[in-house]
Amino acid sequence: MPGALLEVRDLSVDYITDAGNVRAVDQVDLDLQPGEFLGVVGESGCGKSTMVFAIAQLLFPPAEIAGGSVTFKGQDMVRLGDTELRHIRWRDYSVVMQSAMNALNPMKSIEAQFRDTMRAHGDMGTEEIRERSAEVLRIVGIDPVHLRSYPHQLSGGMRQRAMIAMALLFTPELVMMDEPTSALDVVAQRSLMSQVKQLQERLGFAVIFVTHDMSVVARYSDRLLVMYAGQVAEVGPTRAMFESPPLHPYSRGLLDAFPSIHGPRRELIGIPGSPPDLGRPPSGCRFQPRCPVAMPPCSSVPPRLYPVRRSQVRCLLYDEAITEAAPERQAAVKP
Amino acid sequence: MTTVDTTDGRGPAGGAPLLRTVELTRHFRLGGLLSNRVLHAVDDLTITIADREIVALVGESGSGKSTVARLLARLYRPTRGTIHYRGRSVESLRSRADILWYRGQVPMVFQDPYSSMNPVFRVSHGVSRNLRLHRRELGRAARHDEAERVFEAVGLTPAAEMLSKFPYEMSGGQRQRVGFAQALALRPRLILADEPVSMLDVSIRAGVLNLMADLRQREEVSILYITHDLASARYVADRILVMYAGHLVETGPTEVVLSQPKHPYTQLLLSAVPDPREEVSVEATTDLGEPPRVINPTEGCRFRFRCPLAIDECSRVTPRLRPMGPEHQAACHVATPDPATAATASQPIAPGPPAESV
Repeated sequence: MPGALLEVRDLSVDYITDAGNVRAVDQVDLDLQPGEFLGVVGESGCGKSTMVFAIAQLLFPPAEIAGGSVTFKGQDMVRLGDTELRHIRWRDYSVVMQSAMNALNPMKSIEAQFRDTMRAHGDMGTEEIRERSAEVLRIVGIDPVHLRSYPHQLSGGMRQRAMIAMALLFTPELVMMDEPTSALDVVAQRSLMSQVKQLQERLGFAVIFVTHDMSVVARYSDRLLVMYAGQVAEVGPTRAMFESPPLHPYSRGLLDAFPSIHGPRRELIGIPGSPPDLGRPPSGCRFQPRCPVAMPPCSSVPPRLYPVRRSQVRCLLYDEAITEAAPERQAAVKP
Repeated sequence: MTTVDTTDGRGPAGGAPLLRTVELTRHFRLGGLLSNRVLHAVDDLTITIADREIVALVGESGSGKSTVARLLARLYRPTRGTIHYRGRSVESLRSRADILWYRGQVPMVFQDPYSSMNPVFRVSHGVSRNLRLHRRELGRAARHDEAERVFEAVGLTPAAEMLSKFPYEMSGGQRQRVGFAQALALRPRLILADEPVSMLDVSIRAGVLNLMADLRQREEVSILYITHDLASARYVADRILVMYAGHLVETGPTEVVLSQPKHPYTQLLLSAVPDPREEVSVEATTDLGEPPRVINPTEGCRFRFRCPLAIDECSRVTPRLRPMGPEHQAACHVATPDPATAATASQPIAPGPPAESV
């Protein structure tokens, strides 16, 4: 796509184990435009965090990139060495880790950690560093007096916001966030999300936001990517996914797993079973053992991504060659 | 609400609610020996829980809700106030047998299914340990049968196979079910479930929520469901208790509290619930969701610093629970009761501390 900020093609990540390689991310394609907000949704173990780490070139053994390319601002990041990466990390893209409690150094003040980052990736004077540190804290709604605070002196929400402030030190073009809100209460979560969205609109950076909770990103993302067992199950505009029922049975299951605060109380079904062992993925469609609408071909034919309206869906329901053979199926599932 | 007589011949029969607290209070002293900083985790909590009732205790981290669970589980001693279980004061239980009995009647299920189990033992270990300790009348074979029964009751089937697994072989949802099975092995009457689904994937939360509803039906237990998620509280609970900064601020039947929230804090919580089916919108919020810190609190409403409706009185007088509707109470100076309730509330009510209705 022309002008894409990030182009991921055929990206695969393996975890090397004694029992053989486990493919955690399997041939993922992904495009991100400047200033776009992409939500990545899936259960634990679906490979969503591994994918973000692979994009950011932060994988360490036993994980390694097994194939594919990550083109960020025209450069293939997979081929860059550490020195080259250091020039673009944090300046052009940054990562907000899941657990701010663990990602911040408990022995150092916020100011010292900001200073470390700025020294490692840029060449600013002490005064300039202090000013910028205070500025980013103010941006995320923390009083700059907390520059002298240590992580344990901040609340969970403040720590998470401090992490986001750190990610904004150099005003990057892409901020990747790995479950930044999952340890927070609803009120803090809502506040953080709307803040991220406002900052994004103001500063214009693109966001990849990883979460297991579809409701968190539903209101803020432009596009949603649903991952299942290392693969893209469905990707498309967020609005399309919520205006009509999602196309993939898995996305539909994720959406139906929420108790609703409005409307009638209805029985929750959730998604039966658990995600597959990626060391031995099921044959055919990987979701088929848990799928409420699985058909006979699903256990043998691995689905590819089919374009449906403005989305792409990895499900044989949208393979015309197969649904023509069983038209009642098509009628039963398509909205 | 039905009162089922299942007293095991221990406590006084019938009449008394399953569990009742009166002005339950827990303070923690902070700092060194000479420090006089006192954290008020729970203040004057008066609640009842009936038989076969699921009550949701809702609030942010720092609201004191976990402290309540620990007080009820006797992991903490109250600073003041009492807990009555079937009319019997829990504080007065002194003998080891009595304490074991109470712990068996009111067990706890923990938040984190990844760290609440010993990784070197099979999952049968916890269940059979509970059975050996609390139900000594059972022989080896009977213990085994009972372990299988409780595993089946929580949906871990085939039970024999599941019992021989190690924690790492189970998913988070399955481990949380083991937590409930361990509690069930004690033949409890009230399970204290402290955020049992917050660490789980959204896709498997539904299963554990359904399990709680199921256990109430089939095993006739009551559950105190502690959570910060109003939507899941709505899904399983008959009644909701909302806590803020150690105070109970609103209580009532679930649907009433959620459809007509009277306390501004309940309204804030309700507005923060994410709903994927909701309109896509970004609203400016001024509330950062900072948890309250209740160290040496002064008189007045503890929510006043975040409250959009605060008036003068809020910083002078601590609001107490007052009737807002049938079985519906809120502790707020500004909230207006339903018209019918307002008429009766203006007449003098019986003296004594404002008690929560059963």
